[in-house]
Amino acid sequence: MALLQVEDIGKSFGATKVLENISFDLQKGEALAIIGSSGSGKTTLLRCLNFLETADTGRIIVGGETLWDAADKGTQSEETIRKKRLHFGLVFQNFNLFPQYTALQNITLAGELLARERPDYRQNRRAVHAELEAHARELLAQMGLSDRAGHYPHQLSGGQQQRVAIARALALHPDILCFDEPTSALDPELTGEVLRVLRELADNKTTMIIVTHEMKFARDVADRILFMDHGVVVEQGDARQVIDHPQEERTKQFLSHYGD
Amino acid sequence: MAAAVIWARLTESFWLNCQLFGLTLLFAIPLGLVVCFGSMSRFTPLRGAVKTFVWVIRGTPLMLQILVIYLGPGLLGFASPWPSGGSGRLIAAVVAFAINYACYFSEIYRGGIESVPKGQTEAGQVLGMTRSQIFFKVTLLQVVKRILPPMGNEIITLVKDTSLANIIANKDIIMMAKEYAAKGLIWPLFSTAVFFLIFVGALTLLFDRLEKRLEYFR
Repeated sequence: MALLQVEDIGKSFGATKVLENISFDLQKGEALAIIGSSGSGKTTLLRCLNFLETADTGRIIVGGETLWDAADKGTQSEETIRKKRLHFGLVFQNFNLFPQYTALQNITLAGELLARERPDYRQNRRAVHAELEAHARELLAQMGLSDRAGHYPHQLSGGQQQRVAIARALALHPDILCFDEPTSALDPELTGEVLRVLRELADNKTTMIIVTHEMKFARDVADRILFMDHGVVVEQGDARQVIDHPQEERTKQFLSHYGD
Repeated sequence: MAAAVIWARLTESFWLNCQLFGLTLLFAIPLGLVVCFGSMSRFTPLRGAVKTFVWVIRGTPLMLQILVIYLGPGLLGFASPWPSGGSGRLIAAVVAFAINYACYFSEIYRGGIESVPKGQTEAGQVLGMTRSQIFFKVTLLQVVKRILPPMGNEIITLVKDTSLANIIANKDIIMMAKEYAAKGLIWPLFSTAVFFLIFVGALTLLFDRLEKRLEYFR
């Protein structure tokens, strides 16, 4: 069974339909790239998956558990959604690091707050914090940022900030890690260092959904591609297949703008 | 009368201004947050009521509000809620000042909260934080950093507003000095400026330091 099943997601802002009938599956360990022009609904789809927007129709199922069912109010209370969000991680286009915390603190903060809810927290406080910090340092090392643990976000380059943001999302062990145009706010030089990290994550079989405009990256790194236009899925399939031999006219037209 | 005695009496009466200042801040700073949350509530009737209240308080003179708070209950035929004597007059003034300043603070807070990018809240949400955790652990310090300059402004205004409390016979430094003026001695009235200048000078230094302490992040 697929790790993630998205069924018939629809979303309107007022009279404007931004998502219609979106369905796809994602297997564990798979990387899915979502491509499409601006305004096609890619970001809204990611935000629905992370419950930052509420889908008007459809279901989101992770590991067989229905996290969201637009027809079932019982799945929509704020407290249950907070926990369900932890199945997903989200890396934002403009990082959204917490400016008053160091890189290390950005990574450990949420884990520390969640640990407080554990019944054994009081007895094991020191051990819990030590463990969270050790894990955060491991992640920083994995991101090539061991020497930046004590830096504040404004002291880091965009690429470094984005890598801290990736570490922050990974720290909570999400089932599915989502990236919303992770390199769109970066210049080409810094884009490379973030894409390298994403490639590594894909090599390690991290389950990922990446909204991106980097076609070459999507072709080389993603297992599958989903092409969206005007809120609907126009075409989806094997990454190389979709990029090299698109079937739909609209996909061909879109890809023709990325000549190389 | 010897100048030294007059200076001593002025200093003594300035204590009332200091008390009123301190107590007003003590209550208005948290109360302003409550008013602020009310004015940002998604529950329309509450938001409307709070916004109307803020309009009335900001739209009428503080001096008038002090009179209404102090004399209003008695004029409406209720027993005065204020203890008799000086302490009652001070308490009534503190109540009026706290409400008045809470309304101004609430608008400063609102501006500060709304200026924090939405992405900060969303980042907290996707990391599984609760609303209150997001507010206290993520948003609050960024708000504090942004509102320090306007709060400094408002708090400096409060220092000088304290003398409005003499409208209900709170014997503050201005009232004391006016008593000398009435007897034909004018210099004590102008000398009160020294007290206010020193107080405001100290506050200015304090706010400079606070701003510096929050310079470690952007």
